[in-house]
Amino acid sequence: MNMSNTASIHEEPVAMTASAAPLLDVKGLRVAYGKVEALTGVDLQVREGQIVTVIGPNGAGKTTLLSAIMGLLPSRGDIHFDDIHYISPEVEILVGRGLGLVPEKRELFSTMTVEDNLLLGAFQRYRRGDDSFEITLAEIYSLFPRLWERRHQQAGTLSGGERQMLAIGRAMMGKPKLLMLDEPSLGLAPLITREIFRIFADLRRQGVAILLVEQNARAALKVADYAYVLEGGQFAMHGPAADLANDSRVIDAYLGLASKHQELLSS
Amino acid sequence: MNLQIALLLGQDGITNGAIYALLALSILLVFTVTRILLIPLGEFVTFGALTMATIQSGKPVLFVWLLLALTLVDAALDIRQQVGQRFDMARLRMTAIKIGYAVLMVVIANTVPLADIPMAFQALLTLCLLVPLGPLMYRLFFQPLADAHSLVLLIVSIAVHVAMVGVGLLLFGPEGARTLPFSDTGLHLGPVMLKSQTIWVILVSVLLIVTLFVTFERTLYGKALRATAVNRVGARLLGISPVFAGKATFALAALIGVSSGILIAPITTLYFDSGFIISLKGFVGAIIGGLISYPVAAVGAVAVGLIEAFSMFWASTYKEIIVFTLIIPFLLWRSMTSHHVEDDE
Repeated sequence: MNMSNTASIHEEPVAMTASAAPLLDVKGLRVAYGKVEALTGVDLQVREGQIVTVIGPNGAGKTTLLSAIMGLLPSRGDIHFDDIHYISPEVEILVGRGLGLVPEKRELFSTMTVEDNLLLGAFQRYRRGDDSFEITLAEIYSLFPRLWERRHQQAGTLSGGERQMLAIGRAMMGKPKLLMLDEPSLGLAPLITREIFRIFADLRRQGVAILLVEQNARAALKVADYAYVLEGGQFAMHGPAADLANDSRVIDAYLGLASKHQELLSS
Repeated sequence: MNLQIALLLGQDGITNGAIYALLALSILLVFTVTRILLIPLGEFVTFGALTMATIQSGKPVLFVWLLLALTLVDAALDIRQQVGQRFDMARLRMTAIKIGYAVLMVVIANTVPLADIPMAFQALLTLCLLVPLGPLMYRLFFQPLADAHSLVLLIVSIAVHVAMVGVGLLLFGPEGARTLPFSDTGLHLGPVMLKSQTIWVILVSVLLIVTLFVTFERTLYGKALRATAVNRVGARLLGISPVFAGKATFALAALIGVSSGILIAPITTLYFDSGFIISLKGFVGAIIGGLISYPVAAVGAVAVGLIEAFSMFWASTYKEIIVFTLIIPFLLWRSMTSHHVEDDE
């Protein structure tokens, strides 16, 4: 029993893509709010340098999924991230190991300056005595010149797009191995959405893995390598993003005319 | 009232006001970062003053045993948390250091002839003994319910205050105590003599306030505490742990409280239960600042000190009533000008 168990763990990655063990490996994740189950047994994997997207309707449990992986919610099941195995662990430890989350509400420090917000993103690195965060700060300013212009302004005075840039920049200051983003395009103009999605491709080139939760399925499937469709607390389907983008069920439910209309409304 | 009396009262008012300002700032700091209204702050003041007095009188410092006992409970909790997890050497070393520190304090308190050492060292020792009580208090009484409703936190805070007053009676006895002044010389300024203790109080208060300001504006640790106050969830997502923030703010509050106690011990006779009324006046200052604004709270607290001094002259029986009635117009003004914010997350 034990033997076959370890064998299957070794076999699985070989069977899937023939690369090393996944950076994030979630198995049978369940989350309940009181008696209501928000996630009913979810399996998900993210490999190094991969963009994985989770699409699905409102209330499917997308935000819950990210919160549970981040350790913000009590959950049941197995989560492996970068060699640590946990079930609802301390957020601080995960951040230190290179997990970053840009939440849907951004959660910026609105009465502090843009630069302070960014510097605090490197708090764990500073605590460990890693001084190279000044370099990361310069990189982020060159990636988002708008943040450089407004570095002495309070974060609360920024526009929606700039806030999103700041939230992403702040998470990047921690040098995450895996960056999770919850609805990064929500409430943004299409032009800014495009700019932000272009940055995800840049990040992947630098070796950062991304787990992207999106309602804007069209944009998400275009940038992602692999995709999951979350419906009613479980994955209805998953596969390479390009395949899903051509799947008739996905086109009908998320990419069809109805969703295009919704997309226009939200942008 | 002539000018001389007015100047004298003003001097007293500013001295007390500076202390209230320090207390108002620590109440604000603890409240914004942890949502706890730190009622036991006054006990840090009395414990500081009475420990200093005990040291100077050459009596045994009983408090050190409380420090050792609480440290051992804290260590036991740490170890229990470790059981069943992988052993973390860094945390274990931290626990050992904490126990070692408490034992060292016990040894110093029981072997060194404390009454004979210079006063600066006596004050330093008082700080070394009492400041760890801040983080210990957070760890033992507040950390287990950090996510509770702020009303629950307030109730626990009151309970801790009541317990501390009892412990104070046990450790220091019912007699009041006063300590020796830091220095004897005064400064003659025209018609009035500036008492030396007044100068000490104002100097140290200003120094502490400036240090706090620099910490919160310039260092990443200070900014991390501010960030926790502004957005708890955001701070957690960056790995700023609420436990770290809680312990750090309680340590700062303990430092400020104990320093205030040492500063006022030569000018006021303090009893084991005097702390509450002192911190309450700091609280009035904090209310004037709306439990948000640090500068307004500090100015408000100095005003409380001045009003107290002058009402002592005109209507000394109503001194406390006048000071605490002050809160009503400010509450009215605050509730009319400020818009409603969500009171809990």
